[in-house]
Parts: sequence; C-alpha cells; structure tokens
Amino acid sequence: MALRTLVTRKSLGNLGLGLRQLRGLQTYSLPDLPYDYGALEPAISGEIMQLHHQKHHQAYVTNYNKALEQLDAATAKGDSHTVAKLLSALKFNGGGHINHSIFWKNLAPVKEGGGEPPHGSLGWAIDNHFGSMEVLVQKMNTEGAALQGSGWVWLGVDKELKTLVVQTTENQDPLVSKGANLVPLLGIDVWEHAYYLQYKNVRPDYLKNIWKVINWKFAGEVYEKECP
Amino acid sequence: IMMETSWSCCTNLGPSGSSLLVTSDMSKLFQKPNFAQLCQQKKKELQGPRRSARIHAYYGLKSPPYKLDALEPYMSQRTLEMHWGKHHRSYVENLNKQLEKNDMLYGYTMDELIKVTYNNGNPLPEFNNAAQVWNHDFFWESMQPGGGNMPIFGLLQQIEKDFGSFTNFREKFIEASLTLFGSGWVWLVLRRNEKRLAILKTSNAINPLISADIPIISLDMWEHAYYLDYKNDKGKYANVFMDHLVSWNAATVRMARAQAFVNLGEPKIPVA
Repeated sequence: MALRTLVTRKSLGNLGLGLRQLRGLQTYSLPDLPYDYGALEPAISGEIMQLHHQKHHQAYVTNYNKALEQLDAATAKGDSHTVAKLLSALKFNGGGHINHSIFWKNLAPVKEGGGEPPHGSLGWAIDNHFGSMEVLVQKMNTEGAALQGSGWVWLGVDKELKTLVVQTTENQDPLVSKGANLVPLLGIDVWEHAYYLQYKNVRPDYLKNIWKVINWKFAGEVYEKECP
Repeated sequence: IMMETSWSCCTNLGPSGSSLLVTSDMSKLFQKPNFAQLCQQKKKELQGPRRSARIHAYYGLKSPPYKLDALEPYMSQRTLEMHWGKHHRSYVENLNKQLEKNDMLYGYTMDELIKVTYNNGNPLPEFNNAAQVWNHDFFWESMQPGGGNMPIFGLLQQIEKDFGSFTNFREKFIEASLTLFGSGWVWLVLRRNEKRLAILKTSNAINPLISADIPIISLDMWEHAYYLDYKNDKGKYANVFMDHLVSWNAATVRMARAQAFVNLGEPKIPVA
C-alpha cells in the first residue's frame, strides 16, 4: 500500500515514465522516442536504437511491472521472504526503466540541437567545475571505457551541495544509488547492447561519437530546476 | 637465422593451458619484439659472457580447439573472430602489460594468479584480465562442433542424482542464464564441500576458482558473446548452447579429474 502513495503521476510525469492505473496497481509503459530510430545516425545506428528501445527497454518495463505485481501480492500476504527476494529484480528492472527513460531524452538528432554545447548556467557550471567541456567529455569517456562489464556513466548534480559530479553505476543501478542527493543530468549507456552491433568491441569510439547527439538542452533544463 | 635457439621453455601449465613463455631479455622485449632480432640477441648471449638475465613471464593467447567457423551456424565465425580475436586477445595483451609493471605477481600459474589478484573480494586491477583470460579458455573448451545432446555414463548419473533428471538440469541452467543481471557467466560446478553438482551464476569476471569449486562447463552471458548472432534473444542463445554447442566430452574429462579431489562415493562395480 505504501508503494501506491509514493508513486504519483505528477512526480513521474516529467520523466515520462508512462505511469498508468490498472486494476488498482500502477503499471508502467514504454515511453515513445521523441525522434525516429534512424534520426541519430551515424553516431548511433537505427538498428541499435530500434533494438534498444523496442526490445531491451520494453523488457525492463515488462519485468518491472511483473515484479511490482508480485510485490503487491507478497505484501498483501505479509510474505516478507518473497518481498526480499523481489528486491533485486525491482532494482534491476526499475533501474533499467528509469535509466533508459532518461537516456532517450539525453539524445537528440543533430538538426534538433543534438551535440550543441550547453548555454546558460549549466555551461558555466561545467567550465567552473571541470575547466572546460573537453575535460568533462574526456573524464566521462575515460570512466565509461574503464567500466568493467555493464553499467552507465553519468553527469549528475548534487542538489544539496550544488556541485556537478561524474559517476559510474554498474548494471542498471540508478545514479541515486551512489548518493541520495544526486540528480542525473546526462547518462550514457555503456552496456554492450548499446553499441555492439555498430562499434563492436571498440567502446571508446562509441563514447567519442555519442557526444555528437547529446541533448544538452534537456540536461540544462534539469540543472536549472535543481540549481535555480 | 637459427629459429631453433628457441624460447626453450614454453611449457603448458595445468588444464587451463595458458602458455607460460619464459624469455631472457630486457628492454628490447617491451618494444614489439622482432623474432629475428631476438634470436640474434639470444645467440649473442649464448656466445658472449653471461650477463645476469631478468626473466619475464607472459601469457599467450590459446586458440580454441576448433577452427573459428567450426561452430556455425550456432555460433558464427564472425562472433568467434570478434570474441576470441578481439576480446579474448585484448584480455591477454592487457594482462601482459599489467604484469610487466608488477614484479610481485611474477611466477604464479594462472589459477594461482586469479586467486591472488581476487584478494578475497577486494580485487587488484589484474584480476579482471587474468580471470577473463582463464574464463574464455575454459569457455572455448566447453564447446565443440557437433556438441549438445546428452552426457553419458557417470556424468549423466551424477546429473540425474543431483538434479532429478537431465531435463530438469537443462531447464535450471537455461533459467540461470536468463535471470543473470548484467554481464557474467553461468557454470555447472562440482561443489567440494557439498560433494554435488550445482549451477552457479557469477558476475563480470568472477569464476568458481574463487570459491574453490570445480567448474565443469560454462556459458558466457556477456552480451558480446551472443549479440551479433542472437541480438537480445538470450533464451535462444542458451538453448542453442545446450542443444548444439556444449561439449559433454570436455565435461566428462573435467568431471573425471574433479573426482580425484572430491570423493563422490564408491563406484558401482558390478558383481560378476
């Protein structure tokens, strides 16, 4: 029952998590991409975008809903054992849904501003904190390439300290798992499914090219909301 | 150029089979060595006054026990060229680069190196490369052309004893491969303490050597292992592995060796 009060349509509306009410239990649905699958070429191929969105993200959504249903049933019965067992599935699939929902917003076709460096307070904050955009990109690329296995590399802001951070998370752990005050501005998926068909094992090339379609406008908006 | 002033010691150590190349030379070795040049040098050393030689140990990339197209159509040549030729090779090369800088780790066998660099849960940077080299050697040998089907004799009996039936084992193995989060491996291991077979899921580079269990077969569930052939369809990949790729021959050999360390009980010797 606590689950229902925590999750409200408004708080999640911005992230476009696609919340719905179904049989009294909230379920999630796959958000639409704000651009065509092929719109991010040649930085990210249409084939990858389609698989990534329709198969991988969809699977996270489906399994998240399933886990939530099972959680609901277990809490109703007071079955703490099952609840505990479900926690990792919830973290994994829920995290996958959250992370990918942000990711689609982090990308934009070049003709819609993808790759254009941030103006406004975020651009200033980056120069202030990292020295320059190049330094930030270099840092994120290095950390992303060095990540073993599957995970994400993030640019986030600590909403208490008002500072920018670069962090990595493993598997589908959301950025908040590294710090309760961290808000993601930009996430780059470095799971192999995000680049393998196009870049094969050369993750550094993927990281170099993805900056051409990064949607700094969205990152700037989130930043301005947290650090007005 | 006399090629037979060979790198005399190129011994195969242990079942994992990574070659330990012992060479005696110094700085020249670090720049892409020209084999001819090195032979010349070796000749000079043998002829001239003996200088104290620093020994360096390196690991080599071992080829799978079949050609790269031998597992078609279940695992494509393209996948093997990438997976073995690029991923596995880079683990070996990066491990060698790390070992050049780290005298403390000289002289370990691969198995020992993995356990030492795992450092009881706080792994050293060399662990990932060392473990992945071993894992991939083991993985290639866990498959064969014309694989699949069922194990026979003692191994089948043990599987039936520990899982109820081969079908149940197969189901559990595939379930494990589908429920693994992130990158990792699925193993059939012989547990030393419980003296029984079990299915194990590990993350990233971790393998059963850490827990001193004896691995019998493995399945690579890192996305690079199946993405080119099966995209996101992990289930199809795991099923194909079970039906057409897994080498029960290799598993039987490993099981036989494992029984030298784990007593599974008296063999059933038929009375005449």
